[in-house]
Amino acid sequence: MASTTPIDAPPPTPAPPVTKRSGTSTGRAGDKVFLGLSRGSGILLLVIMASIAVFLTYRATLAISKDEGNFLTTFDWNPAGNPPVFGIAVLLFGTVVSSIIAMAIAVPIAVGIALFISHYAPRRLAAPIAYVVDLLAAVPSIIYGIWGALFLVPYMEGLNLWLDEFFGWTYIFEKTEVGVARSLFTVGVLLAIMILPIVTSVSREVFLQVPRMNEEAALAIGATRWEVIRLSVLPFGRSGVISASMLGLGRALGETMAVATVLSPSFLISGHLLNPGGGTFAQNIAAKFDEANELGRDALIASGLVLFILTLLVNGAARLIIARRKEYSGANA
Amino acid sequence: MKLQRKIGLRATALGALAVSGALVLTACGSDDNAGGSTGGTGEKTSAASNIKCDGAKGKLLASGSSAQKNAMDVWVKNYMAACTGVEINYKSSSSGEGIVAFNQGTVGFAGSDSALKPEEVTESKTVCKGGQGINLPMVGGPIAIGYNVPGVDKLNLDAATIAKIFSGKIKTWNDPAIAALNAGVKLPSTAIQAFHRSEDSGTTQNLGKYLGATAKTDWPYEAEKKWPAPGGQAASGSSGVAAQVKQAEGAIGYFELSYATSQSIPTVNIATGAAAPVEATSENASKAIAAAKIKGTGNDLALGLDYTTKADGAYPIVLVTYEVVCDTGNKADTLGTVKSFLTYTASDEGQKVLTDAGYAPIPAEINAKVRTTVAGLK
Repeated sequence: MASTTPIDAPPPTPAPPVTKRSGTSTGRAGDKVFLGLSRGSGILLLVIMASIAVFLTYRATLAISKDEGNFLTTFDWNPAGNPPVFGIAVLLFGTVVSSIIAMAIAVPIAVGIALFISHYAPRRLAAPIAYVVDLLAAVPSIIYGIWGALFLVPYMEGLNLWLDEFFGWTYIFEKTEVGVARSLFTVGVLLAIMILPIVTSVSREVFLQVPRMNEEAALAIGATRWEVIRLSVLPFGRSGVISASMLGLGRALGETMAVATVLSPSFLISGHLLNPGGGTFAQNIAAKFDEANELGRDALIASGLVLFILTLLVNGAARLIIARRKEYSGANA
Repeated sequence: MKLQRKIGLRATALGALAVSGALVLTACGSDDNAGGSTGGTGEKTSAASNIKCDGAKGKLLASGSSAQKNAMDVWVKNYMAACTGVEINYKSSSSGEGIVAFNQGTVGFAGSDSALKPEEVTESKTVCKGGQGINLPMVGGPIAIGYNVPGVDKLNLDAATIAKIFSGKIKTWNDPAIAALNAGVKLPSTAIQAFHRSEDSGTTQNLGKYLGATAKTDWPYEAEKKWPAPGGQAASGSSGVAAQVKQAEGAIGYFELSYATSQSIPTVNIATGAAAPVEATSENASKAIAAAKIKGTGNDLALGLDYTTKADGAYPIVLVTYEVVCDTGNKADTLGTVKSFLTYTASDEGQKVLTDAGYAPIPAEINAKVRTTVAGLK
């Protein structure tokens, strides 16, 4: 560039080729400071995370070493007792089961809503529906809890009786105890409503990203709208829907106040999902924290650590699934 | 597209803020469980107030039992109306949290529905220089047993039957044991749904103490804050239990009396062995607390309640909440306020407002000792 005007050009600076490379310093002060700051921030995050992990593990070990029961298999939670006895079996069961129910209900509905918004609904209708779904995500969970306890629970009783009558033979829908519907099943339904917005909005975004070419190609070979969705939209969106579901599952696993308000907790495991009883990690922490003594708090921290590990495993599994599916999806086509 | 989304998000946030804001406001409004009576009392007492503000100044933090929340609300309101410039902030959380805060020295006094344990007293010695934490009984109250059985307006039960109901041994309302105590009442065959607190609670512990003292064979459990018996259903907080009892046919549950009166839930009369079954009222609870002995030593006024009382009109399922303070070694900047405020709460005037809020005043003889102790705080 400079070679065409040799006379009035200033002496060329040697710097330009270096600036093109990303991630390395140019040797200028600003870059050095910025590099230091960003590296420092990254390390700070790791240090904070590590110190939290060390603290939690330390407190959890203290509690578990004083536990007179088996931390993994005891069906009780009484760290203030003499001797102190507590175990997470019921909490683990309740957390997993209520989340599975929530996923089973929410994911198909969310995918349906997302498809409707992205491919079926007229533009005038799609926008308000998307808006309302997003609004659902902004409702605080305690409000869901109050709504669940005062409105959903009484209305679930009819459904419970129906399920018991026609699906009682499945064992899980057999209702063997009297009592209002403050059960893991009701919690699952409530959690499904709560995770619906996040799963829907992420799925919708993914479905909107499907390359126009794919859809038009499918239409060109005479596919119906449903066939277009089946052949191009769903395969392309599969990994996105899985990630969306995992975001929702994360919320379901950790939901506290809504579960604490709706569930009638007990320290028994029952396969009859319509019976009142059960418990989840987060609900138990919320319920027991206030009156807990020192050991009680450590015990709750230990249970929280298990929830953390559970979430980690679930997210890890999800990443594995997504990584494997990616090559077969339309994303690389 | 991008711009549109941004606006959409902002509108969402605004909408959510409006909705949740409105809900939060209503929640605060409906929280006043004692109803309109507290407001009226407040104005009355502060108008003809004898509150002495000597030495009170600045800000006093306190924390603890939610069982005495409604009483504290009225007291703080009246006190602050009389002593301008003094601010008292009672954070109603739980007894456990209150005592922890007290022993860390972050509050001037703590509210607790059970007396300090020996190890908590030991711990308090580091905060109370030269002294220790003591319990001052300040608020009494009946624990009502509310039920929901259509067509039954009056129900008598004794301790053994209550124990059997709450431990799941009696399953229907027309059980012979219940019928025997309620001659002439037509009991339905509805299944009993017994509700207890889902979180650890002093109310649970006090009910357990009563049942353990009066029906040992049917209630072999330790009196703990955690619900000890198998079965039954749980709800969170006294308000949660009351709401469930109100909602579910065949339900029975326990909560402070004010929750029953504010939601017009019928309560069980206790057959104690007295001439007639005793109704859950503030006056009847006071009569039972009058039978209590002081079991604390020195300045400590922890009470030993007599749950087996057969005195006429003494309602035996009672709860006493304490204010926990240092007998010696209170912080210089809060001592004046603590003394002045507790002098008011223990005064005739302070104790009188309790009845209106659904609590029971502390009997005169014990209250006299409380006043002497408060006057001697250092």
